[in-house]
Amino acid sequence: MARIIASVNCSHVPAIGAAWDQGKTNTPYWAPIFNGFDFSKKWIAALKPDVVILVYNDHASAFSLEIIPTFALGCAAEFPPADEGWGPRPVPVVKGHPEFASHIAQSVILDEFDLTVVNKMAVDHGLTVPLSLMFGQPREWPCKVIPLPVNVVVFPPPTGNRCYNFGKAIRKAVESYPEDLRVVIFGTGGMSHQLQGPRAGLINSKFDKNFLDNLVKNPKKVAKIPFIEYVREAGSEAIELVMWLISRGALHDDVREVYRFYHVPSSNTALGHLILENKTRKAPARKRK
Amino acid sequence: MAAKKKAARPAKGRREPIKGFDDVPGTTLFDMQRARVGYHLNMFCMSLMKAENRAEFKADEAAYLRKFPMTEEQRDAVLKRDWNRMIWSGGNVYFLSKLFSSDGLSFQYVAAEMTGLTQEQYAEMMLKGGRSIEGNRSKSEHKKRG
Repeated sequence: MARIIASVNCSHVPAIGAAWDQGKTNTPYWAPIFNGFDFSKKWIAALKPDVVILVYNDHASAFSLEIIPTFALGCAAEFPPADEGWGPRPVPVVKGHPEFASHIAQSVILDEFDLTVVNKMAVDHGLTVPLSLMFGQPREWPCKVIPLPVNVVVFPPPTGNRCYNFGKAIRKAVESYPEDLRVVIFGTGGMSHQLQGPRAGLINSKFDKNFLDNLVKNPKKVAKIPFIEYVREAGSEAIELVMWLISRGALHDDVREVYRFYHVPSSNTALGHLILENKTRKAPARKRK
Repeated sequence: MAAKKKAARPAKGRREPIKGFDDVPGTTLFDMQRARVGYHLNMFCMSLMKAENRAEFKADEAAYLRKFPMTEEQRDAVLKRDWNRMIWSGGNVYFLSKLFSSDGLSFQYVAAEMTGLTQEQYAEMMLKGGRSIEGNRSKSEHKKRG
């Protein structure tokens, strides 16, 4: 049976991709950010997942205003990097897992999460920047990747609670797949940032720290944070953080925090990064009434 | 029957779809209504993802803009590169990024313009930890501080 063994959360700032691609990773501005992922690269290289389910949002690349799916799942065999207006990033083509992805789509739809199946899609920095941060610059990505774009651009995005429960449905879908696959789920975007209007540049480290603490220990509390609180406290683009609840919902209630990193600024954004593992369960003897 | 509730007065003819939003300073909500009003403005921006369209736009911006059924206000904001006006008239920053990328401008440059800072001042503010939430949480808080 397939299993989700861990989650990776991180911001997906486009400037990080540009810094990679232009060889600026060692400059004083960028070095602390890339060094913050040294541990993570080693950790995932040792873990060798078979599949990554990557929760992110498209930024007017694959989806314009023509079609706005709330939840979508990439079921294709390949996803090319998108041309976001300055040419596609020089990163490998993302290889999907059509069979597994179709299974997940079918399972979650039967579980009342009516996502959109996508069989042709380019993937933008929302997906490729987290892959670069975790895997560096390989010739091929070392595992299959199933893209899971979420609408957080046009209001209303899905609520935190909906995302959290969607994560649980994904876990159920994964665990009902017969092949032994080791899966890591990425929840990306955030943390506090605002890219528009006179309040652009807003950062709220206190909000971010509370979010990280509670996401680990009390995700149900995080799931109740309303839209207005994200916007008011952490900026209009911080709503991306609801995607971290999808990955959190896909893990067990009780998790181990393996690694945390937080840095301001990354371009306009507070960069947050968290790795959580499911505790290996030694089914405790439980009394039955 | 429930007592007739007095409707909250929408700011400048617009009713925000969530409670409390009109008290958030300096922020525009890109909701379904704005996405509808801004549809052609944003789709014009999307068209700039193709090199041949960028070339055509650069050759004669006003003529290219006439191909899209946008409002005069939107066209004027584009020609003047008034990013805040584009956002107020239904533009979304991820779509506008196609326009400023084809101008060779960065997210940080445009963010600085929208806040009325120079890029240097804005970059400095970010290096010092960003715009503080204190005093920027709500319009009422903003006023109290004077």
